[in-house]
Amino acid sequence: MAAGSKIVAIVGTDAVSEAMRQINPDLVAAYPITPQTAIVETYSQMVADGLVKSHMVAVESEHSAMSAAIGAAATGARVMTCTSSQGLALMWELLYIASGLRLPIVMPNVNRALSAPINIHCDHGDSMGARDAGWIQLFSENAQEAYDNTIQAVRIAEDPGILLPVMVLLDGFIISHSIDRVELLDDEVVANFVGEFKPAYSLLDVNNPVSVGNFDGLYGYYFEFKRQQEEAMLNSFGVIKEVGAEFGKISGRSYSLFETIGMEDAEFAIVVLGSAAGTVRHEVETMRAKGIPIGMIKLRAFRPFPARELAEAISRMKAVAVFDRSNTFAGNMGGPVFIELRSSLYDLEKKPLLVNYVYGLGGRDLSIELINKAAAELAEAARSGQVKQSINYLGLRE
Amino acid sequence: MTWDIKDIQKWDWKKHPLGAIIKDPGNSRQFKTGGWRTFRPVRDEEKCNQCLICYVYCPDSAVLARDGKITGVGYDFCKGCGICSAECPKDAIQMVDETKAKKG
Repeated sequence: MAAGSKIVAIVGTDAVSEAMRQINPDLVAAYPITPQTAIVETYSQMVADGLVKSHMVAVESEHSAMSAAIGAAATGARVMTCTSSQGLALMWELLYIASGLRLPIVMPNVNRALSAPINIHCDHGDSMGARDAGWIQLFSENAQEAYDNTIQAVRIAEDPGILLPVMVLLDGFIISHSIDRVELLDDEVVANFVGEFKPAYSLLDVNNPVSVGNFDGLYGYYFEFKRQQEEAMLNSFGVIKEVGAEFGKISGRSYSLFETIGMEDAEFAIVVLGSAAGTVRHEVETMRAKGIPIGMIKLRAFRPFPARELAEAISRMKAVAVFDRSNTFAGNMGGPVFIELRSSLYDLEKKPLLVNYVYGLGGRDLSIELINKAAAELAEAARSGQVKQSINYLGLRE
Repeated sequence: MTWDIKDIQKWDWKKHPLGAIIKDPGNSRQFKTGGWRTFRPVRDEEKCNQCLICYVYCPDSAVLARDGKITGVGYDFCKGCGICSAECPKDAIQMVDETKAKKG
């Protein structure tokens, strides 16, 4: 364990609040009522208790929360906000403004289903909908990763070659409201790791005045700015890995774009993100102990999508199952991870069979039995060289 | 700071400042909006009592004044909305068809 660290038993939202306390951003703007989570409730208490110097702005909606965050970030402040589910949906138009203005806002989002019907439980439909908004999206497997990702997100967002907002994603209830073992780093270690934010520009710098949020002119340069955003996303592949490796030095926990388990000798594999990775890992390790040649990939970065490296990692497999905790409603195209992974494989000469399992919508439990059912079907596909059905609903009453 | 954007239409995507910021605030002067106009305000100097109400009401700051006196209209920026004409208490500003005005 890293010097000065301590092990605590806390819920996922408290792990994120602790990371925020140690980051000590200049400003936190948030809507304080549901669908907001305890992240902001706990953080408000920290502000009231004088544990942080953050300016806390309680606003009247998530639309205003992101607006306030954008305004503050444009002055050169280090800014954070948090949301979940419908709150993220209400932020919609501002998400694009934050990324378009290249403001490195960090936002933990507790993944919960979108209405209707009204459902407060976990799925990834909220943040997957925002996948083209120009934000970096990092998924967490447990409270520890939610804590670690929040700290790393600051460095990734503020990197001069990136300057993009970052969403840290943690599964609603499964991570957010469950008590977990979390190793908290020393305050000073985190403060040194995140360092001081040096903004690219500031609205308050009277010596170098700038105008922000302008009309791009009748001739229009919008296209050029969107190309710049794509470049920043490309740069982020390397930076996410560098920051993840550097984080390993202070914590003993290194991070990359995704994690592989048993892929060196596996013949088939499961690709999964979020809290389900923990349950899948347990089953994969149990099966491997019995000699079943299964591996897994836990995807951490969904944006940027590490297409080339993922394709490389699974190219030798006979069959791969992709678990999606959301759907695209594209007409039997499967979930977003499946669609993008399938697209990543297109240029490969030799590619594995690919099968999709949409699971867990609206918090439907992903049991060990369901994982084993999918794994058995995957093993059969690898053996026979045929996929019975490419889009499957795991745990659906049918 | 002066920001040379003379050949901005030829810039490639890498040359633009990050986040679409404008590094030279106030350069909207270079963005002429007068082309929208179909009627232009023409002031009758005889009737005008220099109350400056048109100057205050103009939404585009296109009514020009110096030393407390109206000196004219900035036709590069006047969009021809007619607010000055409507607000003038002396009925000193007439809206004239732009095509006819140009023909003189």
